[in-house]
Amino acid sequence: MNAQPAIQETVDAALDVEGLTHSFGEKKALDDVALTIRPGDFTVLLGLNGAGKTTLYSLITRLYNNRSGAIRILGFDVRRQSPQALSKIGVVFQQPTLDLDLTVEQNLHYHAALHGISRSDAQKRLETELDRIGLSERLHDKVRELSGGQRRRVEIARSLLHHPKLLLLDEPTVGLDIGSRQGILDHVRKLCREDKLAVLWATHLIDEIDEGEQVVILDQGRVLARGDVAEVNKQAGTKTIREAFNKLVGDKAETGT
Amino acid sequence: MTPMHYYRCFAGIVWREALRFVHQRERFLSALVRPLVWLFIFAAGFRSVLGVSIIPPYETYITYEVYIAPGLMGMIQLFNGMQSSLSMVYDREMGSMRTLLVSPLPRWFLLTCKLLAGVAVSIIQVYAFLFVAWFWDIQPPLEGLLYALPALALSGMMLGALGMFLSSAIKQLENFAGIMNFVIFPMFFASSALYPLWKMKESSTLLYDICWYNPFTHAVELIRFALYGQINWVSAAYVGGTTIVFLSLAIYGYDPGRGLISRKGGK
Repeated sequence: MNAQPAIQETVDAALDVEGLTHSFGEKKALDDVALTIRPGDFTVLLGLNGAGKTTLYSLITRLYNNRSGAIRILGFDVRRQSPQALSKIGVVFQQPTLDLDLTVEQNLHYHAALHGISRSDAQKRLETELDRIGLSERLHDKVRELSGGQRRRVEIARSLLHHPKLLLLDEPTVGLDIGSRQGILDHVRKLCREDKLAVLWATHLIDEIDEGEQVVILDQGRVLARGDVAEVNKQAGTKTIREAFNKLVGDKAETGT
Repeated sequence: MTPMHYYRCFAGIVWREALRFVHQRERFLSALVRPLVWLFIFAAGFRSVLGVSIIPPYETYITYEVYIAPGLMGMIQLFNGMQSSLSMVYDREMGSMRTLLVSPLPRWFLLTCKLLAGVAVSIIQVYAFLFVAWFWDIQPPLEGLLYALPALALSGMMLGALGMFLSSAIKQLENFAGIMNFVIFPMFFASSALYPLWKMKESSTLLYDICWYNPFTHAVELIRFALYGQINWVSAAYVGGTTIVFLSLAIYGYDPGRGLISRKGGK
């Protein structure tokens, strides 16, 4: 992670969030959140359930508007330039979003159509993406026949069809066994390295963070620490990211890990 | 965002709805069986109780079955509109509504595509019903079957838009059962689907007024007149106006800035 001038960083950022506050009624779900992700960064958004991760994702994907602060994707403001901004994002939601009764191919074609990709182009792209996740031979199978881990991989393939620059994943490994979890992590890390894809990976599982990766610790809507693992440890005065998380978030973390 | 993008998106949404329809045979069967049960059983039982005099658009005495056929066509669309909104509530909980909403085209366009796709499905169901009903001596003029098409498109839009608005306002699936009871049944019974409104007037003028203002009444009358080659302009205007109101409410409900969705946290 080479240090770049601050101005350069915001121009180049795949995702730039600043001063983001959002409330549902009285309750503040996000409080002055700021974070930056550069191309090729694998950033882990670490927080317990209810920390505000899903709200943050909803705002970045403009499910609803931010009322304060700014969210920019490759410089495009999500609110004012939403078509340009949204076309750069790939999303894997926490809940499964594939049509179980349709085949893998049909699901992927639907997504490609939403992004205005022609059918023949979509066919090439989906074959490439399925090949990368090793599910080519399942093209014509119904999603219902796939395992949980395979469905997740299809969702990742789908999120890449329109060649986004920023990939958002909200607790993508929930409910998966250790093998599939690791497989998906490895695949997404590889995308980061090879395609220079910027990734925001939300999780409450501390062991999904590797040394040298970017971490944002979110608790009760506030960013408690951000930077690479070493920096976060330095800020918290701890040796491991687990200690840092426990120290910053407190005892609640024990149940969440 | 080129026009081609809009077209591909529209085609994709309609295509998905059609695929889902083909795969959900139970949904199609129940959509077909429900009005047929009304036609075969309810109408047979009430045939002798309710005499229907000659009222427009009919030119001769008709059987009760013939009278309620347009009402049942409306019922198919009413259920379909509510069912597609049910699937939207379900979709939203399952997240696939979110996949639609995070795609780059404007949200009003995405919702309108979704609406049109639902209307297309409802029209297929209506014609399947008409096909079976034909053998039960419900035989409107053949050209009436063609004239009914634009009427069905408009009434389907109105009922689909109503369902879509409700789906933006409903937080959870459980609340939907309530909406079925408070929307579908009152709309259906307080309309001209099962009895001509002049009969209602004999019982209560208040009920008559309620029925007259019920948009479902006008959807049914629009279909009824179209089926016999006539245009009921009052009903057409009423249904058209109501469609615009419902669709605006639905788009408002899903608006990321002001809508109900942002107040609920999108779940």
